[in-house]
Amino acid sequence: MTGGTGRGIGEDEAMRYMLLQNYGAGGTDCLPMTQWSPVDITAHIEFQQALNAELLGRGELVDAQGLAGPEQAKFVTSDGTSAPVITDGPFPESKELLAGYRIVDVESAERAVEIAAMISAAPGANGAPVRLPIEVRAVMSAPDPEV
Amino acid sequence: MTGSRGTADLLRDLAPRALGAVVRRYGHFADAEDAVQEALLAAARTWPAGGTPDSPLAWLIRVASRKMADQYRSDEARRRREEIAASWSLAPAEPVPAHDDTLTLMLMCCHPALSPGAAIPLTLRAVGGLTTREIAAAFLVPEATMAQRISRAKAKLKGPGEPFTLPPPGGGGERLRSVLHVLYLIFNEGYAASDGPDLARTDLSGEAVRLARGVHAARPADAEVTGLLALMLLTDARRPARTGPGGELVPLEAQDRSRWDRPRITEGLTLLTGALRQGEPGEYQLQAAIAALHDEAGSHAGTDWPRILALYDRLEALTGNPMVTLNRAVAMAMARGPGAGLALLDGLGDRLGDHHRLHSVRAHLLEQAGDTGGAATEFQAAAARTTNLRERDYLVTQAARLAAGPAGSPSPSQQGP
Repeated sequence: MTGGTGRGIGEDEAMRYMLLQNYGAGGTDCLPMTQWSPVDITAHIEFQQALNAELLGRGELVDAQGLAGPEQAKFVTSDGTSAPVITDGPFPESKELLAGYRIVDVESAERAVEIAAMISAAPGANGAPVRLPIEVRAVMSAPDPEV
Repeated sequence: MTGSRGTADLLRDLAPRALGAVVRRYGHFADAEDAVQEALLAAARTWPAGGTPDSPLAWLIRVASRKMADQYRSDEARRRREEIAASWSLAPAEPVPAHDDTLTLMLMCCHPALSPGAAIPLTLRAVGGLTTREIAAAFLVPEATMAQRISRAKAKLKGPGEPFTLPPPGGGGERLRSVLHVLYLIFNEGYAASDGPDLARTDLSGEAVRLARGVHAARPADAEVTGLLALMLLTDARRPARTGPGGELVPLEAQDRSRWDRPRITEGLTLLTGALRQGEPGEYQLQAAIAALHDEAGSHAGTDWPRILALYDRLEALTGNPMVTLNRAVAMAMARGPGAGLALLDGLGDRLGDHHRLHSVRAHLLEQAGDTGGAATEFQAAAARTTNLRERDYLVTQAARLAAGPAGSPSPSQQGP
């Protein structure tokens, strides 16, 4: 130990979070996007772009990516010696697949939750919030200085 | 022939002086800071090949001034442009000692209205002369994100319009404390990131030491400024021994002490001794004194634990920080046995929350007390709660070792907090 008080607890510490979003995750009544009206889809996309612009403007955005659909997904399993087993999509349980993620660098865990709530409330069919559950995960950091 | 490395070092030294001169002449800190940053980038592009100008500082001031005028020309603020053009004819301001500009700018960038997350990058750019790209790389965020963070920080400073002058010696005490706090955080950020494969990351610890030297030059009689510089040097001296060949963390008790940087330790000790003579020590001096006792010890077991414990007593009384209590428990265990250390942990959870370090320290002390099962459980609890990858590797390994029973490989008796 260096004997430091270190990054004091109770001091908000900048942290990085990954905010994950699945396809129409269980428990929501969100229609698949293909069944929305074009106007609703446009509004949804504009919301996502505006949110990214806002996060960038606040100096919080690290990365934002949408993933190609479950139709293009593959599952790969290997024992390291024989040929890998490759299962192609589409998958019946596509709700369990990741649709996209954002990585944000924020000053508190509360702020990460606030952003997740905004993502969850993105406009969906008929302008109603989609209310998708957003998974908030802390990204592991470099070691403490105190060893 | 200076080369790009020599140019970079020169530019970092000149950055606060150029900015100080431009702000004194034209005001408008936020715009002046952008203009100086552009001038620094232009210098980094052209000087290595074309040669360093005879008066590099005057060159930077001239180019930054032109950039400012260009900015105003391109927008509709004609009036401001004319103001600036008029002020060009004024005689240059009185020359100011370089370290005064460093401190004046630091007091501004570490304004209490800014969170550390805003003050740190602004300080590194405006005072440290780092580029936005270097700062972004050091904090692993995209350059555009870091640029926005710095712009927002400066926008916040536009509200509290203060004169660009140094508070009188002895004045601005509270503001100076926030400067020291920001430097301390920059140092820790760099120290935390100093291992691992990512050598391209800017050396933030080195930058913090350099800036702390600048503040010390401006305030040589301030014992806490001296204490912070000593703390940085005494801690940084152990950096070469802190990581193993694979980048893994080497805990203090397992470090090869012959690899510690002796000249840094000597410098830190000299500074600390001078500071401690001035009376009641503050937080940084106490921490530096603890670091000094570790640096002076020939071995972990041979460390003067009773004195370290006494210093933690004082630090705890001064700060009331529960993290200090946690460190004090470790020192207590070393000085008077694991039972005494464990007793200090009782009730700490109320103040500290369910923190991984509390579990980690309890695990080490339980193991020292011979409670292998309890220690394994606490190591697992700590591993589940840390957000730190290497620390989790370490904690999981400890839990597995204890679960494997006495046949498992022996471990360091404790990893210090």
